[in-house]
Amino acid sequence: MADHPKRAFPAITQANHHFWCGGKDGSLHILRCGDCGHWIHPYAARCPACRSAEIAPQPVSGRATVVGFTVNHQQWQPDFEVPYVVAIVELEEQSDIRLMTNMPRTPIEDVKVGMPVKVCFEQHGEIFCPLFEAA
Amino acid sequence: MIHYAEKNTAISGIGQSQIERKPTMLPFELAVRACEQAIADAGLRPEDIDGAACWPPVPAGAVTGIGAAGIADISNSLNLKLNWWSGADSAAQLSPIMEAVAAIAAGYATHVLCWRALGERSAPSYTTSGGGGWVPTGGMEWMVPYQAPSASIWIACHASTHMTRYGITREQLGAIAINQRRNAGLNPKAIYRDPITMDDYLTARMVTTPFSLLDCDVPCNGTTAVIVSRLDAARDLRNPPIVLEAMGARSHNKMGSWLGRTDYPHQAMHDAAAAMWTRTDLTTKHVDSAHIYDGFSWLVLSWLEALGFCAEGESGAFVEGGSRIALEGELPMNTNGGQLSEGRMHGLGHLYEAMLQLRGLAGERQLKKELNVSLVANGGGDVAGALLLRRDG
Repeated sequence: MADHPKRAFPAITQANHHFWCGGKDGSLHILRCGDCGHWIHPYAARCPACRSAEIAPQPVSGRATVVGFTVNHQQWQPDFEVPYVVAIVELEEQSDIRLMTNMPRTPIEDVKVGMPVKVCFEQHGEIFCPLFEAA
Repeated sequence: MIHYAEKNTAISGIGQSQIERKPTMLPFELAVRACEQAIADAGLRPEDIDGAACWPPVPAGAVTGIGAAGIADISNSLNLKLNWWSGADSAAQLSPIMEAVAAIAAGYATHVLCWRALGERSAPSYTTSGGGGWVPTGGMEWMVPYQAPSASIWIACHASTHMTRYGITREQLGAIAINQRRNAGLNPKAIYRDPITMDDYLTARMVTTPFSLLDCDVPCNGTTAVIVSRLDAARDLRNPPIVLEAMGARSHNKMGSWLGRTDYPHQAMHDAAAAMWTRTDLTTKHVDSAHIYDGFSWLVLSWLEALGFCAEGESGAFVEGGSRIALEGELPMNTNGGQLSEGRMHGLGHLYEAMLQLRGLAGERQLKKELNVSLVANGGGDVAGALLLRRDG
């Protein structure tokens, strides 16, 4: 864990525990409507597609596509090792489930818009921070 | 016919402090000066002001930082007698204007003092404070943990999607920065006034691709203030009123989300622009000057498409070479140098410049043509507001 960058995590609540801590079992977890199957992120109390209240986390495939990214060169914090990639990925399950992420296990020059990626995790105590790497 | 309340309001007074890269005084003092100036410019006295609005919400006692003057403190320093006030978030940096329109329509106020007070140069930022202890909430929760503490990173991701999809180049982005620096050369208040070349632009230090330093706005201290008045009352004051022809803010697609819109990389601006155009018979063809939010250069491209000045994906070609958006071009843009060169007066700086141009007070950079209609567009990401101003009569 020592070589992990310092990250500013949110407070863990009932609404986000599945996302930040769910990776303990090796899968990314996203909320899903039990009635119509619509994926929901971040938390909502009713399904935006069918208004159902039957919403619970479910593991996803972890497969996604990079839709945008930046190579950050600015030293925002002394312990951030620059340059690094910040990417936006769309989950295979539903295109508007988009996550911001880092791709520390993929060489920067290999990162492209449109590339397929898969989830991986970086443990910070109880948090398993979802990251992505080339699939 | 539907009555849109903004058409019964006008901007009757404007004020702006000096713009400081290097602080010389308390940011709150700059805010008070701008407010005093706006009230005096309107020909009013503090006791005539019955409404007040600022954005974002600022707690009492704040005299510096991202919001350097709250309503209670301004009220107490100017001894205002307020019947109505608001620090609400409805239309990004233009929220106070939208709030004022509603308050006037409801009969709560006649003259509303609105301001945006920046004191970022006098307060520790996330970067300089060591970053410890930031517990991100709301939309930040999904971005900040990914070594992404800055809007430059969030917007750069949107820019990457858009520019890759449509083949937009850094040279096209550069046309915005270069044109605005040329305009800033004619603006004595601007922080950066020396001209830049395309070579300067392309070799500037990279912040986060595709944004170099010259694509990012310049943090500063300073305040802009305006008075929004009921139109009939404004007509009795010392300046010709500038009428609010149409104002729009709208959230129809994943409110508060930077990433979750079904039409990503569209942003709240696409909703705000559409909302504004539903409230007027005017079109893009009527716009004599455009004052478009440029916290990052690419936001201008996104706004141009959202507002319909060009088709989706064609904004790079629209600004290429810079002649169309220059002072003498068909759509003069960010005539004060914008936030990229004048400084990050955070949206109300654009409104102030639009007012100067419409009143013919922009000095050396005054547009040579006759102006009737100016556009002010503010915001990026999950917040936005769009405003069309026109001369009265």
